[in-house]
This record gives sequence, structure tokens and C-alpha cells, in this order.
Amino acid sequence: MTQLFPEKTDDPYLYLAGDESYKCELIEEMNQVWRRPDSLIDTPMHYCPGCGHSIAHRLLMEVVEELDIVERTVGIAPVGCAVFAYNYLNVDMQEAAHGRAPAVATGIKRVLPDRILFTYQGDGDLAAIGTAETIHAVNRGEKIVIVFINNGIYGMTGGQMAPTTLAGAKTSTTIFGRDPSVHGHPLRIAEMIAPLPGAYYVTRQAVNTANHVRKTKKALLKAFQYQIDNVDGTCFVEIVSNCPSGWKMTPLESNELLEDEIFQFYKLGDLKLPGKE
Amino acid sequence: MAKIHGHISINIENCKGCELCTNECPQESLKMSDNINKKGYHYAVLVEDNCTGCTNCAMVCPEAIITVYRQTKQKRQPVAVISNVTENLNINID
Ligand code: SF4
Ligand code: SF4
Ligand code: SF4
Repeated sequence: MTQLFPEKTDDPYLYLAGDESYKCELIEEMNQVWRRPDSLIDTPMHYCPGCGHSIAHRLLMEVVEELDIVERTVGIAPVGCAVFAYNYLNVDMQEAAHGRAPAVATGIKRVLPDRILFTYQGDGDLAAIGTAETIHAVNRGEKIVIVFINNGIYGMTGGQMAPTTLAGAKTSTTIFGRDPSVHGHPLRIAEMIAPLPGAYYVTRQAVNTANHVRKTKKALLKAFQYQIDNVDGTCFVEIVSNCPSGWKMTPLESNELLEDEIFQFYKLGDLKLPGKE
Repeated sequence: MAKIHGHISINIENCKGCELCTNECPQESLKMSDNINKKGYHYAVLVEDNCTGCTNCAMVCPEAIITVYRQTKQKRQPVAVISNVTENLNINID
């Protein structure tokens, strides 16, 4: 008698990943085509259900594994929801003061030029308190990769308006919607830094659908490859993400909002490619 | 059945019930279970035997808990096809 499903559970669809005893016959004959990257520490993440931060973490680890630079990658964690990024990314990590990740990355890269540096920053970190550091690091053409997670809200502190919040968007500090005449206009950081001579590669991607995730991974691969090739300039990858908790929506609704409204303002695609102006 | 056969496994204890994978599956093979895991979330389960191993669900799963398999060797005739499961069931094959 073949027991197709494990005895320990009454749910026939329970196959625990990685547990050999649970693998049914079907799985043994098949080739594994995708699994969790080893460098992503096997622990539940603290992010809210459906949050794009987790996907960006996973993509970063897939990329450093694929390029075989796990041993010499150094990441700079931000302040914000991703403040515990070092709990999940199994590469050397350094926490920076709020917004100062590009400055810390500059220092490490200059002292240890053979390391591959990336900063991981949200929009409260990079686009608000850290705007100056970002612009000057890019303007100096520091050889680092800046990963910018733009979800248009301060998620960690309870959904306050960020500089990147769209006009009309309701947040806990703009309860009638953001009014540009009072609160200022939403800030497009990628467009702002793309003309700087120090910027080598500037792109804006998203992680709300499987295809966008694949494109984002390609963009990250490119950015890290440029740094390995020691090109003269900064690579900037903006990832337009969701914040279901801050936007007060379900993850599916937040992904719809991204498609319907947010991508009209934050247009996806490459803003600066090497060799092109 | 001249199509590619795939399979996924989900580490349900880490599932947060965000439903992104069920929405992204082109085969509509995934549904949310009526049961809950230890954290209290309804978890995703594979309810149809038509998975093609396209990895879409694994791409969008924020928790990175989906492992995807795809058949590359010779095709095997299925012993039984399970579909439209609405409740939990146990299957033993003699
Ligand atoms: S508050 Fe928003 S950005 Fe922060 S973890 Fe939750 S969903 Fe993600
Ligand atoms: S691998 Fe593709 S077909 Fe299979 S469950 Fe995932 S999304 Fe659906
Ligand atoms: S995408 Fe991942 S976390 Fe979300 S419901 Fe599916 S398996 Fe669970």
C-alpha cells in the first residue's frame, strides 16, 4: 500500500518544504525549478502579509547567489520597516543612521574597494531624511548599488504622508487627501538623479506581478554586474512597492491600486542606461 | 495530456495568507484553505492537479515558501486526478 500523503496531518496538501519524509513520489521524479535562496535566512519575516519588502529581500539574495558574490557583499540596512533586514539577508550587513546609508556605503566601499556594496532604503529613509546623502553619493558617482523601495507612505510609523505620496492620497496625516498646494508635490527621486553625471544606471521596477518580479531581478542583476565590473558611477534601482497596512487595504487591492494609479505617475522602465543619455 | 506537469510544495506554517499566489496562478490551481496555521492565517493549498510549474506563485510569494517542481522525464499516467477539492480528505491507494 502506498501512502500518498503524510499520516501526520489531515490536510492532504501539506508538503513541508525541505522535509524529506514528507516528499511524495510525484515530487521525487521532478526537477526542482525554484526554491528559496539559501542566503535568505530561513525564518519568518516580520513584514505584513503581502508586503513587497519581502520580495525585494528575496530577489537581492537570488542575485548575489547567482553572481557568486555572497562572500564579498556588504548591505546597508535602513531605518524604517526594513530596519531588521540584517535578520534575513545572510550577507555582511551594517545598520546606518536614518537616511545615511549611502554615506556609510561610501565609506565602506572606499576602504574595502573589492567588496560589493548595496544600500536598501525605503522612501522615508532615502527620499525624506536622506535626500541630501542620496543626491551627493550619486553625484560623486560612488560605486555602489542603491535599492530604493518606494511605497509612498511611512509604513512603520503608522501610515503618515511621505514625500513620495501621490496627490490626493489619504494617509493618517492627510486625512482629506494630499493637497499639493499645502503638502507639496510628490517627489520622483529617480527622475531627479538620472541627469546627474555620477549616475550610471537608473531604473524603476515593481514587484506586484510575477513578470514585474522577473524584470526587477534582471535589473538588480545588471546593477550588481556593473559594480562587479567596477564601472564609474552609481546604480540606482527603484522598486515601486505596496504597503497594504499603511494604505489600509488587502494585499490584492494594493496591487490593483499600483496598476491603476501609481504606475501612471511612477512610470516603470529604465531612466538611464549606460552609453545613452 | 500533452502538457508539462508541475508541482509545488508550500511551507504552510510560514504562510501569511496574503492570497497573492492564488491570484497570480494562471491555472487557478491554488486556493486558500479553510484551516488556519499556527499563526492564525488561512494558508494557500494546491487544489487542482493542473500545475505546470510556471513559478509564478513562487515569484510573488513574499515569504518565499513555495518550492516549484517540473517534470522533465517521461510522462506518467496519473493514478487519479483530484480536482475541485472543497474539504479536507485523506487518500490511500492500495
Ligand atoms: S507597514 Fe507597509 S511597508 Fe511596512 S511591513 Fe507593513 S506593509 Fe510592508
Ligand atoms: S507553478 Fe504556476 S501553475 Fe503551478 S501553482 Fe504555481 S502559479 Fe500555478
Ligand atoms: S503568496 Fe505565499 S504567503 Fe501569500 S498566501 Fe501564497 S503562499 Fe501564503
